[in-house]
Amino acid sequence: MPKVWDWDLAGQALPLLLQGFLVTLAATVVASVVAIILGLVLAMLRRTRFAAVRAPVRAFVEFVRSTPVMVQLFAVYVVFPGLSPFTIGVTVLGIHYATYMSEVYRAGIDGVPKGQWEAATALSLPRGRTWRAVILPQAVRNVLPALGNYVISMFKDTPFLAVITVHEMVFQATTFGGDHFKYLEVFTMAAAIFLIASYPTSLLVRRLEKRLGH
Amino acid sequence: MATEPKIPDLSEVDTPPNLPTGTPMVQFDKVVKRFGDNVVLDHLDFSVEQGERVTLIGPSGSGKTTILRLLMTLERINDGVIYVEGQPLSHMDRGGKLVPANERYLSTVRKKIGMVFQQFNLFPNMKVLENVIEAPVHVLGVPKDEAVERAKKLLDLVGLADRVGQHPTSLSGGQQQRVAIARALAMQPDVLLLDEVTSALDPELVADVLNVLRDIARTTTITMLIVTHEMHFARDVSNRILMFDKGRIVEEGAPDKIFSEPENDRTQTFLRAVLEER
Ligand SMILES: Nc1ncnc2c1ncn2[C@@H]1O[C@H](COP(=O)(O)OP(=O)(O)OP(=O)(O)O)[C@@H](O)[C@H]1O
Ligand SMILES: [Mg+2]
Repeated sequence: MPKVWDWDLAGQALPLLLQGFLVTLAATVVASVVAIILGLVLAMLRRTRFAAVRAPVRAFVEFVRSTPVMVQLFAVYVVFPGLSPFTIGVTVLGIHYATYMSEVYRAGIDGVPKGQWEAATALSLPRGRTWRAVILPQAVRNVLPALGNYVISMFKDTPFLAVITVHEMVFQATTFGGDHFKYLEVFTMAAAIFLIASYPTSLLVRRLEKRLGH
Repeated sequence: MATEPKIPDLSEVDTPPNLPTGTPMVQFDKVVKRFGDNVVLDHLDFSVEQGERVTLIGPSGSGKTTILRLLMTLERINDGVIYVEGQPLSHMDRGGKLVPANERYLSTVRKKIGMVFQQFNLFPNMKVLENVIEAPVHVLGVPKDEAVERAKKLLDLVGLADRVGQHPTSLSGGQQQRVAIARALAMQPDVLLLDEVTSALDPELVADVLNVLRDIARTTTITMLIVTHEMHFARDVSNRILMFDKGRIVEEGAPDKIFSEPENDRTQTFLRAVLEER
């Protein structure tokens, strides 16, 4: 009768999992950068005074938000066979989360008191300078915890990239499990690694929330 | 910079500037302002001379704030024209015809005007000094060290020389408002708008702010439009009082006349009410 938990197997799987974890981390970081920057751009485009820009941006955001990220990954993977799975993965995940983050930024921007805009006008500050020096620093500061939470949830969504063959941790776990007809060890370990990485990050975000007085 | 800053020089405190000079600095010409169906200003005419200090009084909702906000280009005019130093503020000249001003034009003419708000509206993400140099550096193009030099002088003038490195949130309301005054003056506006600048302050902090404003009134030639419920202050600094009711001037005159022997019923009722509040 086979052992329920096989330490040898676990030992064999660990290097592979860690290798996958590096890919998971890289995907999270790149996708976060995409989401954080594009989210801000989308939020600002949705506020421009040009209605011809606002409407399509809004439609795009709604579309992306209301379709599953898994479907988006597959669709782009099929349509652009020339691109590397990693590139597709981080781009799709980044864009998907950018639409969520754009709402967060929007709330942050709306949360900056009207008086700040008016003071900037009274000082004749140009629009670009008003955004850069007055509005965004206050808006971003207020939504930092919310952005942080989205980064954590993006981290936990990286296993979706396995479906387009990105060699992240869950892909490695599945492969290893399949090769050895035993999934318990690898998946338990993968779960543990996720937990070890994301729990301290959540604590950090919570501390940030407290410090900002949320 | 060619122009001498209009910041008050304390060494000249004893030489009162010659006020007013007789040139119209601000002119409202049949100005109409509506919010929806609510006609707040209905063909309002009045002008303020260069160097003049005019206080707007009147009951709540009579349009005082709206007048200042129109001048600061925070609101759009519905009809009529506002002139600043003879130049249309609300409109621009296109082929000999006045058309509503666009954003670019507005951004050039609004530099003549500065405003201090009831709620201070300092930038909380910048330190005190940064608040004061932000516009001179990024709008007027004053070199940073020169701007810092001048900002320190202004902060000294408002009694906050030792607070340059602090964040606004660490200051009292009265101190914040004095920073806001310094920040507005740093742009060397021709016209300074003051909208109930002490209304949000605890009573014990009001005097410091008013004294700073008295100093500025005494030592500069800056044109001021003031909205305040501080009638002693209004009496001290104003050349003229305009009494508003429902967007119209119902009485105007020198402070002594308005406060001592108002002719209009509504002025009398209003002043009685304000004095009873205290
Ligand atoms: N943004 C706005 N939208 C709609 N109505 C407005 C707006 N701002 C002002 N009003 C209306 O315009 C009228 C004049 O308001 P305003 O604030 O100029 O009065 P005020 O004389 O400054 O009063 P107070 O002494 O209370 O400050 C009021 O009826 C007010 O309700
Ligand atoms: Mg008002």
